[in-house]
Amino acid sequence: MKKQKKITIALATLLCLALLSACGGGGSTGGGNNSTPPAGSTPESNAPIKVGILAPLTGDVAEYGIAVRNGAQLYIDQRNAAGGVNGKQIEVIQYDEEGLPTNALTGYNYLVDQGVTAIIGDVTTNPTLAVVPEAFADNMPMITASATAAAVTFDDTTGELLYPNMFRSCFIDPFQGEKMADFASANLDAKTAAVIFNTGIDYSIGLKDAFVKKAGEIGLEIVSQEGYADGAVDFQSQLTNIAARKPDVLFTPDYYNTVALISQQARNAGVTAAMLGGDGWATVLDVMNNPAPIDGSYYCSGYSVEDASPAVQDFLKAYMDEHGSIPNMFAAQGFDAAMVLVTALEIAETSGHATGSDEYRSAVIDAMRATDMECVTGHITYDAFNNPIKSAAIIHITGGVERFWGKY
Amino acid sequence: MLFFSQLVNGLQLGSIYAMIALGYSMVYGIIMLLNFAHGDVLMAGGFIALFSINAGLSPVLAVSLAIGGCVCLSVLIEKVAYSPLRAAPRISLLITAIGVSLLLQNLAQLFFSASAHSFPANSILPMKNYSISGVNISLTSIVTILTAIVSMAALTYLVQRTKIGKAMRAVSEDAEAAQLMGVNVNRVISFTFAAGAALAGVGSILYCCRYPLVAPTMGALPGLKAFVAAVFGGIGSIPGAMAGGFAIGLFETLVTALGFSTWADGIVFGILILVLLVKPTGIMGRSMMEKV
Repeated sequence: MKKQKKITIALATLLCLALLSACGGGGSTGGGNNSTPPAGSTPESNAPIKVGILAPLTGDVAEYGIAVRNGAQLYIDQRNAAGGVNGKQIEVIQYDEEGLPTNALTGYNYLVDQGVTAIIGDVTTNPTLAVVPEAFADNMPMITASATAAAVTFDDTTGELLYPNMFRSCFIDPFQGEKMADFASANLDAKTAAVIFNTGIDYSIGLKDAFVKKAGEIGLEIVSQEGYADGAVDFQSQLTNIAARKPDVLFTPDYYNTVALISQQARNAGVTAAMLGGDGWATVLDVMNNPAPIDGSYYCSGYSVEDASPAVQDFLKAYMDEHGSIPNMFAAQGFDAAMVLVTALEIAETSGHATGSDEYRSAVIDAMRATDMECVTGHITYDAFNNPIKSAAIIHITGGVERFWGKY
Repeated sequence: MLFFSQLVNGLQLGSIYAMIALGYSMVYGIIMLLNFAHGDVLMAGGFIALFSINAGLSPVLAVSLAIGGCVCLSVLIEKVAYSPLRAAPRISLLITAIGVSLLLQNLAQLFFSASAHSFPANSILPMKNYSISGVNISLTSIVTILTAIVSMAALTYLVQRTKIGKAMRAVSEDAEAAQLMGVNVNRVISFTFAAGAALAGVGSILYCCRYPLVAPTMGALPGLKAFVAAVFGGIGSIPGAMAGGFAIGLFETLVTALGFSTWADGIVFGILILVLLVKPTGIMGRSMMEKV
């Protein structure tokens, strides 16, 4: 009996440890490059500029969060190595929000308490939407590398800019949905299309709405629209319905985990249509042991490693040296987000306002809006809604690998 | 034709729910415990199969290891976490079960990282489709449904026709009386956990073949659905868990097939509430008199 009690206590301790390890690690600081400031300057003026990175580093969408963090950190490390901004180093403070909107809000408050001047984040749409109103109230300059829902910056029904402080380095949902509808009709000769979408996330709904609307305009007939709840793993009955309508293409706007499951079940259910998707498909081949079900699909992405432009190739080399793996689109967009933000910080530094003051933040926001430069994912300028104006890269999955089809 | 395709979909989904629901129901029947760690045993089975196959073991060996691993894990949980609490209030046992579930999920995250791993379903069941007079059926569906039926037949035989089965029924009826009659209650309880876990192990292989992603939290949702199936069928009742599993699977598929896919979960749980309002013990549950 005594022995059993001991085991019980050991087990309870283990449980506590496991819980701690799962929740902890939130406030670790990144970047080993916070080297001592150059001699001769006063301690006040060369204090590092704190920039927060809010991203899911564990959890279901960790793959995106880690890529964005790595990309952004890479740019900031490069800048710090080159002397920083206005003689000041940039200090990165990370927060892992695990892909959960509630945690994202906690993370935002944590970063504000740490005294950050600007934030790169969040990574997916729902946590970003949870944080944005708060950031707007604080006039906090923010740039997301990958939250593509319209509502992150503007209201697409009234055409009103909602959060002037919020920018992004990725394109928006409507843009991707429209592109793919156009692409299917013009390049795949599709006459009929079916859509299967996640009713629980704005990203999926946004792409679906834009795809359906555009399809109506260009005469691509939507023969079936099926939804599923967020977190669902079974799509067999929806796909059986879709198979019966024999569409030419199947639009599947969701993230890679779900897409991997849908593609497999689609083939089981007898769907032969080419599958189309948005940038959430990035890294989908990593979670597919057997790529056959998804072969012949197309998705639009922010960038491709096969793009020969010097910006892309330089980034590719630097990233490979640092991490030893090929950067995906999220890493590239993370790099661009950091580039846009840090360049704006540089301009704000010359404004004469104290770092982190309200006027300083406004100067950062104004500088971001005026961005006009060559980035990894294309030449970025901003439209009236803080969305970048750039073209999409179409990726073709064929023979078990991703191929750059071209800019579209 | 579409109807038959959907029927097969529903039966396949239902088979998996039923296999997991049996584990819930058997354990509840015998020690009145809602074993919330049961879904995580399924997850453990998935990981064991994944690593065995990736290590180059034959599919048969991998499946056996997964089932064996589930059984060992479940018996270990029972011995370490539940059996010291046998005399404690039932709420303590329930909280412990939730704790064990969290422990398993977090340990898995610690060891295998939080992201999903691709499951080599192809090396266990090749992806193959059969078209039988217009009805499209995948090999996975056929194997899943047949395996579930065989497992359930074996379980029914075990419980109804063997000595240990008789002991299980006796303990479930009245543990103290059974002990007085010379039944080794502790052994019977362990055996019940083992039998439930073996079914979960088989279920995990079938589940991973259909949904080829293995992740630390993958057991939570099927565990919850199976729990609902067990309650729906009448928790504690073995035929009830089977019927409940198939019913939930068929309902879900039916609702989706009729075009209410976005409402599927809501309607299924709505039906559950209605059934429980009319028949609180579930469709096959015994109405239990409170013993004074």
